[in-house]
Amino acid sequence: MWSLINNLVSPKKFFSLSNKLLPWLTALFLLSFSYGIIGGLILSPADYLQGDGFRIIYVHAPCAFLSLFIYAVMAAAAFTAIVWRLKMAFMVIRHSAPIGAGFTFLALLTGSLWGKPMWGTWWIWDARLTSELILLFMYLGIMLFQSASAHKSSGERATAILVLVGFIDIPIIHYSVYWWNTLHQGATLKLFAPSAIDNSMLYPLLAMITAFMIYYGIVLFLRMCYELTALEANHHWLRKSS
Amino acid sequence: MTDTLLHFFHMGGYGFYVWGSYGSVLVFLLVQWFLPWRRWQQYQKKQKLTHEQNS
Repeated sequence: MWSLINNLVSPKKFFSLSNKLLPWLTALFLLSFSYGIIGGLILSPADYLQGDGFRIIYVHAPCAFLSLFIYAVMAAAAFTAIVWRLKMAFMVIRHSAPIGAGFTFLALLTGSLWGKPMWGTWWIWDARLTSELILLFMYLGIMLFQSASAHKSSGERATAILVLVGFIDIPIIHYSVYWWNTLHQGATLKLFAPSAIDNSMLYPLLAMITAFMIYYGIVLFLRMCYELTALEANHHWLRKSS
Repeated sequence: MTDTLLHFFHMGGYGFYVWGSYGSVLVFLLVQWFLPWRRWQQYQKKQKLTHEQNS
């Protein structure tokens, strides 16, 4: 475990580790994504109430999960960055924000496309939808704040603090369906209780969530590797590995 | 065969919503992966060329 953390915090070791991991991650992503999409569109039966319209869950739920997961990763990186001032942690925040913003936007868009035929409306100021929209604004605010910071080091620390402050929205999004009377349904997947859907529908959903998490890892590695090459271009270890 | 395909694309009347969702997510996944991947490939090519010219 410590060896893995050591590999991730050192730019040189991260670079070498990510180059080795990328082909494996890509293969794993293609495998789980193919199973997820075939399972979601063909293998799983239509829902008894929503018919084939329920198949939107296979893209909506992973996007919504990733929007929260990426923010949690950013918050962990922000804490690490503030306490230990690690360059890699600041990079994780910088490169995760646009990916997280994309997934949050997609969660809202696919939710809207699901809401229209099922609820009869594209949008409603429901607690879950509103708190997810606030998350999108948080991501956009972080990205704008980063690009507007004149002094890089102090700007990065301020961004990390902003990320930590914004973390309050994550439990609000998760528990919004329990705290308020919402139109949005409760959680389909539960960690400590049986899931609310049949296994034939559940496995493709889990595969899609896994695929999206791997995808996040791949894109983050690609973005960070490029920045490392730009930042560390004159370093001896990089010249050797390229 | 054509009927089966049409039935599949029709998605029980939810075709627009289902394919709209899948389409937007697929486009996002492709673009978000392709841009840093292309930038990375171009950098590596450039590095190889520079290395070859120097040696």
